[in-house]
Amino acid sequence: MAHANPTGWKRWLFSTNHKDIGVMYIWFAFFAGMIGFAMSGLIRMELMEPGIQIIPSVFGMDDAQARHMFNVLTTGHGLIMVFFMVMPALIGGFGNYFVPLMIGAPDMAFPRMNNISFWMMPPAFILLLLSTFVEGPSGMNGFGGGWTAYAPLSTVGHPGPSMDLAIFSLHVAGASSIMGAINYITTIFNMRAPGMTIHKMPLFAWSILITAFLLVLSLPVLAGAITMLLTDRNFGTTFFDPAGGGDPILFQHLFWFFGHPEVYIMILPAFGIISHIVSTFSKKPIFGYLGMAYAMTAIGFIGFVVWAHHMYTVGLDVDTKAYFTAATMVIAVPTGVKIFSWIATMWGGSIRYTVPMMYAIAFILLFTMGGVTGVVLSNPGADVALHDTYYVVAHFHYVLSLGAVFGIFAGLYYWIGKMTGKEYPNMLAKLQFWVTFIGVNMIFFPQHFLGLQGMPRRYVDYPEQFAYWNWVSSWGYLVTLVGVILFIAVMGITLARKKTLGDNQWGEGANTLEWTISSPPPFHQFNELPQIK
Amino acid sequence: MSGEVQHDYHLVNPSPWPAIGSLAIFVTLVGAVFTMKPDALLFGIEGSSWGSWGFGLGFALLIYTVFAWWKDVVKEAETGDHTPVVGIGLRYGMILFIASEVMFFVAWFWAFFNASLYPIVPTSGATFWEVIGNDAVWPPVGIETFDPWHLPFINTLILLLSGTTVTWAHHAILHGDRDGLKKGLWLTVLLGAAFTMVQGYEYNHAAFGFSGSIYGATFFMATGFHGFHVLVGTIFLAVCLGRSYKGHFSPERHFGLEAAAWYWHFVDVVWLFLFVAVYIWGG
Repeated sequence: MAHANPTGWKRWLFSTNHKDIGVMYIWFAFFAGMIGFAMSGLIRMELMEPGIQIIPSVFGMDDAQARHMFNVLTTGHGLIMVFFMVMPALIGGFGNYFVPLMIGAPDMAFPRMNNISFWMMPPAFILLLLSTFVEGPSGMNGFGGGWTAYAPLSTVGHPGPSMDLAIFSLHVAGASSIMGAINYITTIFNMRAPGMTIHKMPLFAWSILITAFLLVLSLPVLAGAITMLLTDRNFGTTFFDPAGGGDPILFQHLFWFFGHPEVYIMILPAFGIISHIVSTFSKKPIFGYLGMAYAMTAIGFIGFVVWAHHMYTVGLDVDTKAYFTAATMVIAVPTGVKIFSWIATMWGGSIRYTVPMMYAIAFILLFTMGGVTGVVLSNPGADVALHDTYYVVAHFHYVLSLGAVFGIFAGLYYWIGKMTGKEYPNMLAKLQFWVTFIGVNMIFFPQHFLGLQGMPRRYVDYPEQFAYWNWVSSWGYLVTLVGVILFIAVMGITLARKKTLGDNQWGEGANTLEWTISSPPPFHQFNELPQIK
Repeated sequence: MSGEVQHDYHLVNPSPWPAIGSLAIFVTLVGAVFTMKPDALLFGIEGSSWGSWGFGLGFALLIYTVFAWWKDVVKEAETGDHTPVVGIGLRYGMILFIASEVMFFVAWFWAFFNASLYPIVPTSGATFWEVIGNDAVWPPVGIETFDPWHLPFINTLILLLSGTTVTWAHHAILHGDRDGLKKGLWLTVLLGAAFTMVQGYEYNHAAFGFSGSIYGATFFMATGFHGFHVLVGTIFLAVCLGRSYKGHFSPERHFGLEAAAWYWHFVDVVWLFLFVAVYIWGG
């Protein structure tokens, strides 16, 4: 049967093609990321100096509204970056585009469901954006309870419809991700090319496989938790209300049972990408391939049983804290396996410092730093002092902004030539890397000091003694802004160029299947399945 | 890399349903929010003036989309797109979907066990930490629960019996016995409907409310979501029944029926956990 190939808007809106859907995911992540980045800009500018000055003038608000608006911005920034930037880029974007190519499959297992996974993202995003324009707390707009949405701030604290819209936004984004995850697992289990056993499968496909399992098993629990929020808010149930025998801590357990796997959902695909890049530009196979694959499996598995380390200050008993500390520290072992294997891959290799490789090396360095502060925070004794301070903010931005996001940049530079057939401007891209590298470290490194000095997160204002490092951090944002503008310039120049690249832009070292076909790949690849020896 | 397609995978034709379905979901949910919050304003317009309209229209569009989408799937199945390897993929997909459903119920069981194993005396938030650890009981004082060996036990028997009738239908088609297929499915659908009616009757005679107490919250949300899944499973089986009258399914190829049976067994097992935990132990 002939396969219809619609053109124009129908090609995208009605798509059943994994590469087109992947490209839409990447564009979506880009636009959402710009909005999330703009929000962090308002946050950093407000915090540049003590006092409340920027938000009231930008939004024309009085003092009380401006304080709430700051919290709306931090909440929105967190939710957008997690659900609408990192996940769509790494999982929806690179996952869609490259998993079928790497395993030698013609498309995803469920191409039509793949499309609704994508097309549910814009409605989810619009629901979240709408929530900032309707009433949250009495008399003020937007939800300002943090991305974690703890009860009772998310129940009686925000009686307006804003929180309901945010809840539905997460429902829709979650359903989208569950369908996507089912699609990836089925594709990887059922559609690998003849001869490609699971132990020959590229590590990026491994990382997406494990990520997909985490999504299928953790997101439904979040869906249940936020449904409880919804009924507590609208139908008088008392899941989180002690007045009816409920328990506000229950929400935190349910949220973090999802939330902790979620942080691995964001970082595992980046692990996969980094493995490919380090191997390609060291001209060596990855060191300890099976160890790498099963380290990710172990991280995914242990990631499900450490959730209460986010809750050391809620009154857990000592035995519970001891367990969650031990379990959390165990994760450092497989993570160490990965770090050392990347270094061992580079060891004795013929290293080429291309832009993706620079991002990959920066990833290894910065992610390790974020990991080490994570081990610090896994101790309840230290965490009680550092909980909800900027030390935590610095920690998770090192693993996410400087980890997962560097993984996205690395992947984009590594694969943009494959996706478009066009070469990125090398010198400008290197400049973009260095400016971004300096900028983000300038933002987040001083936040360790602020946290150790005791500055709490999620406040619009701070005492004079925190002024200096906040000033440095905010200037770091402006440096990063230059990096983002350069990034847009690099991508714009790339897309405006002519298609010049052949099948394999990187030469020896790049030996996964996506480098055996043209750049950009044909609309349908592998009509004849490749044979893996 | 060009040339004729030489593999058995299903390259699905472009389809309008994902985009239309997403639009329907969006309209439904915005409508739902402003149905629940009729006094609230969206850009100056009061929710009561349009919220329920949005919800109704969005939901109708969603139901239509679901219908049209699955109609396409059935058509593809009947025209041979579902080769053996695609069939294996569909099986993976269904298993994973059920796994995600299991995790959804984990949330409700978690809420139930959190409340029942560590009950607290109802209190205001301000005194929460003073009463926690005090003597409290489950079910909470003043809650009159159902006798599990009355209607809930009858419902348990109904669902267990329906598990056997759906297996009957499955084995009938395996042996090419279309008459047995229809009989088994008719019985299963009727038993599913009977379960829903008994559940509805039980809900109407509950001595405790949905709101105001953690007992009612965990009971109605856990059994209610189960009841919703019974309804979905019944519809799934009814569609299979309709297809069996149209001559669909063969002894070799009948995954739609098998998936419905898997789903039905899943719903059955969830009920057994609810019956043991919520009705017997928690009652």
